[in-house]
Amino acid sequence: MPASFGGRIMVILQNYGMSFLRGAASSMLIALVGTAIGCVIGFAVGIIQTIPVEKKDSAVKKILLGILKFILNAYVEIFRGTPMMAQAMLIYYGSMALFNIHMSMWFAAFFIVSINTGAYMAETVRGGILSIDPGQTEGAMAIGMTHFQTMTAVILPQALRNIMPQIGNNLIINIKDTCVLSIIGIVELFYTTKGVAGAYYTYFEAFTIAMVIYFIMTFACSRILRHLESKLDGPDNFDLATTDTLAYTSGMFKYPDKKKEEVIPND
Amino acid sequence: MTKENIILDIHHLSKTFGTNVVLKDIDFSVSTGDVTCIIGASGSGKSTLLRCLNLLETPTTGEVLYHGEDITNATVNAASYRSHVGMVFQNFNLFNNMNVLKNCMVGQMKVLKRDAATAKKNALFFLDKVGMAPYINAKPRQLSGGQKQRVAIARALAMEPEVLLFDEPTSALDPQMVGEVLEVMRTLAGEGLTMIIVTHEMAFARDVSNHVVFMADGVIAEEGSPAQIFENPQNAQTKEFLSRFMRG
Repeated sequence: MPASFGGRIMVILQNYGMSFLRGAASSMLIALVGTAIGCVIGFAVGIIQTIPVEKKDSAVKKILLGILKFILNAYVEIFRGTPMMAQAMLIYYGSMALFNIHMSMWFAAFFIVSINTGAYMAETVRGGILSIDPGQTEGAMAIGMTHFQTMTAVILPQALRNIMPQIGNNLIINIKDTCVLSIIGIVELFYTTKGVAGAYYTYFEAFTIAMVIYFIMTFACSRILRHLESKLDGPDNFDLATTDTLAYTSGMFKYPDKKKEEVIPND
Repeated sequence: MTKENIILDIHHLSKTFGTNVVLKDIDFSVSTGDVTCIIGASGSGKSTLLRCLNLLETPTTGEVLYHGEDITNATVNAASYRSHVGMVFQNFNLFNNMNVLKNCMVGQMKVLKRDAATAKKNALFFLDKVGMAPYINAKPRQLSGGQKQRVAIARALAMEPEVLLFDEPTSALDPQMVGEVLEVMRTLAGEGLTMIIVTHEMAFARDVSNHVVFMADGVIAEEGSPAQIFENPQNAQTKEFLSRFMRG
């Protein structure tokens, strides 16, 4: 091994560069898929938890909804309240020992990260929904939209925008937390680094490389999400519309002139 | 007016929040073409009454008959009823994630299942009517209060409701914007749209409505034609309330 720190890093990169990249790709893949599925779970749970119960609803609906909300609450509390590492052991090895279920390592990895993210996202989505002023819900209800229509067309798009920073948080946490999955044998960045470090007994150098890769991944994700946020906000200005786009000082968009065109009788 | 012209018929409606009685034994009816103004002091239950008519609040007792059918009944689909009875709010309640045009199209497409082209044509017709057609590409946050309220009126009109409820539509606006919104409402009244309006604009109520309901402490203290209420009120509370507005 070379005597200098930089020299040792170069040697490690030459011999194990591809292993590091493969490990980083695994971490990134698990984090991205886990966050995406977790968001879907979170949205589903968040929507169900905000379904309003009205006095005139039938008893069956009230009871079913009550049971469903209780189960979802338990799910959120249990998965938020226990370590992901312990969950990984329990789900992967536990299901093998007790129920004889042999799930693949990768399926277990996606499953554990998704279900964990889902538990956190459920609360985030609930917060996002609560952050939209109830007046808009009333506005939607007043034109006859159902709870589901109101949610999908009006509330969730705005809630999604408001919780984007928190989705970014979750993605970054997931990129870093995939390292706990090394205990079920997933060869991700942490597992790779440990192997490389052990091979040459170069812990400082190997983990320096790992830290740099982790930081590049998280920083890139945070910037990309920031960019996405400003995309969602749309432009700050708008163009006026006009009946005649050729007229001076008029707008860019055309709407039909009611004096010229026949209008549908409405009243 | 004949019986079949009656759109909304309210019988013995009351509403309590906990132990707080907000509405007591309200009776009145609205027929096609009526412009009913509900006036009264803040806290007298005007807005709650209006919200009961649109089922945004569930009445505690009593019935609201819509063409003879009691809509407080559990079997009635509130969403489909609401699509016939539009509502304009004090705080506009526009959808902030959509531009002006989409705000007026979404209800038509989702609730009335109209195709995009029809919905757009219809939305433009009503936006033009309230003078907001040039602003179709604007988001609500880019509009002034008066403009927002005119879009909200167009959004409600685009559903072509039988009755349009206005819950203090001008209370959040400055005097100039109040003018532009009332102008739109005056036009609608002139075209024969059935409206129920909760308002503090006494001059508007006197000039535009054909029926005035004065509420005090959760009951209808007095009702009648604008001439009766504004020129010759019988109830002491009505006189007291109107004296403040009519002095100036």
